[in-house]
Amino acid sequence: MAETVAQIHPLVESARSRGGLSPSQIIWRKLGRNRAAMFGLYTLIALYAAALLAPFLAPYSYTDADTKLPFYPPMIARIHLFDEEGRLSRPFVYGIKPEDNELKTYSDDRSVKYPIRFFVRGDEYRILWIIPSKIHLFGVERPGRIFLFGSDQLGRDIFSRILYGAQISLTIGIVGIIISTIIGVVVGGVAGYFGGVTDFLLMRGVEVLLALPSLYFILIMRQMFASDASSTSVYMIIVLILAFIGWATEARVIRGMVLSIKEREYVIAARALGLGHWRIITRHILPNTLSFVIVTATLSVPFYILGEVALSFLGAGIQEPEASWGNMLTAAQNLWYLQAFPWMVTPGFFIFIAVMAWNFLGDGLRDAADPRTIS
Amino acid sequence: MKTFLLRRILFAIPLIVVVTFITKSMLVLAPGSYLDSLYGTPGISQEFIERQKRFHHLDTENVFERYWFWFWPAMRGDFGYSFRYRASVWGLIGERVVNTLMLTGAALIFSWGLAIPLGVLAAVRRNSWADRVCSFISFFGLSIPSVFFSLLMIMLAAKSGMFPVGSMRSAYWDELNAWGRFLDLLWHLALPTVVLGTISLAQYMRQMRSEMIETLSQDFIRTARAKGLSQSRIVWRHAVPNAINPLVTLFGFSLAFLLAGALITEYVFAWPGLGTLVYESLVNKDEPMVMAAVTMLVLMLVAGNLIADLLLALIDPRIRLE
Repeated sequence: MAETVAQIHPLVESARSRGGLSPSQIIWRKLGRNRAAMFGLYTLIALYAAALLAPFLAPYSYTDADTKLPFYPPMIARIHLFDEEGRLSRPFVYGIKPEDNELKTYSDDRSVKYPIRFFVRGDEYRILWIIPSKIHLFGVERPGRIFLFGSDQLGRDIFSRILYGAQISLTIGIVGIIISTIIGVVVGGVAGYFGGVTDFLLMRGVEVLLALPSLYFILIMRQMFASDASSTSVYMIIVLILAFIGWATEARVIRGMVLSIKEREYVIAARALGLGHWRIITRHILPNTLSFVIVTATLSVPFYILGEVALSFLGAGIQEPEASWGNMLTAAQNLWYLQAFPWMVTPGFFIFIAVMAWNFLGDGLRDAADPRTIS
Repeated sequence: MKTFLLRRILFAIPLIVVVTFITKSMLVLAPGSYLDSLYGTPGISQEFIERQKRFHHLDTENVFERYWFWFWPAMRGDFGYSFRYRASVWGLIGERVVNTLMLTGAALIFSWGLAIPLGVLAAVRRNSWADRVCSFISFFGLSIPSVFFSLLMIMLAAKSGMFPVGSMRSAYWDELNAWGRFLDLLWHLALPTVVLGTISLAQYMRQMRSEMIETLSQDFIRTARAKGLSQSRIVWRHAVPNAINPLVTLFGFSLAFLLAGALITEYVFAWPGLGTLVYESLVNKDEPMVMAAVTMLVLMLVAGNLIADLLLALIDPRIRLE
C-alpha cells in the first residue's frame, strides 16, 4: 500500500529523485528559504510565548488599577540610563507628579528615583496555571509605577493588559481553527466521498453560510446567549460562534480535494480490497489533504482573531475587567481620549502584527506546499 | 437570458427563506424581548405589556409559529412596526439602505478603481519598486484590523482637522445647495471609504497581479508582440480583458464582504447605515427591525451576485447565460 502512495503522490516522487527527502522535509526546507514566512513564524512564536508567560512578564495584574494615575503617557522612551550628573547608572524612572487633574497631565517628580529591578516580587499568580509564584520579570518599588505603554482610563498598565489580552485574543484563533477544521474536514470529506444527495445538501448548507454577511450573524448569534455569562463561557461562546461560521470555507476546499483524490488508483485499490468507507476516508483520502488543510487553517486564523476583536470592541465579547485586544480598544472610541491619549490604541498594533504574521506564514506555507514550485 | 434570470431569482427565494428563518429562530431563542424592558416603567401597566406581547405574538416560543407570523405579512410587503421607534420599519430602513449602499458603492469604486491599474502595473513591472510598493499595500490592507484602521483615521482627522470625525452630514447641511451637499457628502465619505475599501483593494490587487502574470506568459501575447503591437495595446487590449474574468466573479463575494465589514466602519464613524441600525436594534431587541434589515442584506447580496454574473457575460463573449 505504501508503495502505491509513493508512486502517485507528486511530492513523494520529486523527493525520491532528489535523494530521499520526505514531503514534510521538502516543505520545511522551502519554508525556511522564505524570509517573510520565517519572519511570521518567529513573530508568532514570540507572541504566543509572551501570552503563555504573561503573568510573569507583566509587572502588574490586569485588574491592578491606580485610580490616581489615569492616562499616564508611555514610559518606554523615558527610562533613564544616566543620572543627573550624566553618569551611567542602572535604568531608573522618576516618580510621578500629577499636574492637572482635569486634563490628566503629569510631570516627573525628580526628587525620587525608582530603579528598575529584575525578578522582583509582586502580585501572586500561577506559572502555567499550576505553580504559584510572585516573581515578575521586572518592576519598580511601590509607590513608584512603571507604565511601559502608558496607563488606561482607570490607571491600569496597558503593557500588562496587552500581555493578558494576548492570552485571550491569540488563543481564540488556535482553538477556533481546531474546531472548524475538524467540522470542515468531516463535512468536506463526507460530501466529497459520497457525492449525490449528501453532497448536494451539505454543499447547499455551506453556500448559505458563505452567503451570510458574517459579522451580522455573529452578532445575532451572540444574542442567543446571556450577556452576563462568566468570562470562560463567553470565551467558549465566541469560539463556537466563529467556528460555526468559519467551517464552511474549509469544508469547500476539502470537498474539492476529496473529489479528485477519490478517483486515484490507490483509493480504487483500497475499495477493491474491500475496506470500509470510514477507513478509506480517514486512512487513505484525508491524510493526502493534510498539507492543504494546514495551509487553509493557517490562512483562516486571522478571521478568528479579528472576529474576537470586533465582537469585544462592540461590547458583545470579552467583558471588563478581563482584558482582550478588542475590548481594550473600546475606550479609544471616545474622541477626547483618542486625541489626547493616542497610546490607547496600542493594542491595535499588536492585532495588526499578529494578523500580519499569520498571513505571512500562511502564504509561505501555501507556496511551500505547492508541488509546482520547486526551489 | 430570460430563463437564466428566472432561475436565479427562483434559487434566491429558498436562500432568503432559510436565512430569515435562521435569524428568526436565533432571535426567538435569545432570552428576553423588547417589552421586558418596559416592566416597572411608571405609566405602563402590566396588562398593557401582556396585551402588547400577545399582539406581537411574543407570548409563544414556538419558532415556526413566530416565523409564520413574520413571514406571512412580509410576503405581502408588511414588515411590521419597529418596537423602539414606533414607526413602520419600511419608512425607517429605506434611508439606511441608501446610506449603506452609498458607502459600499464608494468603497467598491475605490477598491476596484485602484486595484486593477495597480495590479496591472505590478504585473507588468514585476520586481520593480512599484511592484514592491503594491505588495506592501496588499499585505498592509490584508492585515490591518478595520477597528484599528478606523480609529487611526479618526485620530488623523481629529488632529489635522482636514476631515470630519464621524457622521454623514455637516451641521450646516440644510443651508447648502445641491452641489455643496454633494461635496459635503464626499467629504464625509472619504475616510470610511478608505477604511472599508483597503481590505478589498489588497485582495483584488493581488488577484489581478497573479492573473496578469499568468496571462502575459501566454502564447497569444507573444503573437501580439511579434505582430509589433505597442506595449500599452498589448496590456490593455489583449491581456487585461482576459485576466479580469476571475475578478468579476469575485465581485459578488466582494459585496458580501463589504456589507459585513461596513458594520464596524459604520459603527466607528457613526455612519447612519444598515450596520449601525442592526447593531442598535439587536441591543434593543427590536425584532421586526432586525428581520427587515437582514432581509435587505440578503437581497443586496443576491442582487450583487446576479450583477456579477451579468457583468461577466457582458465582458466575456465566451460565456452565455442560459
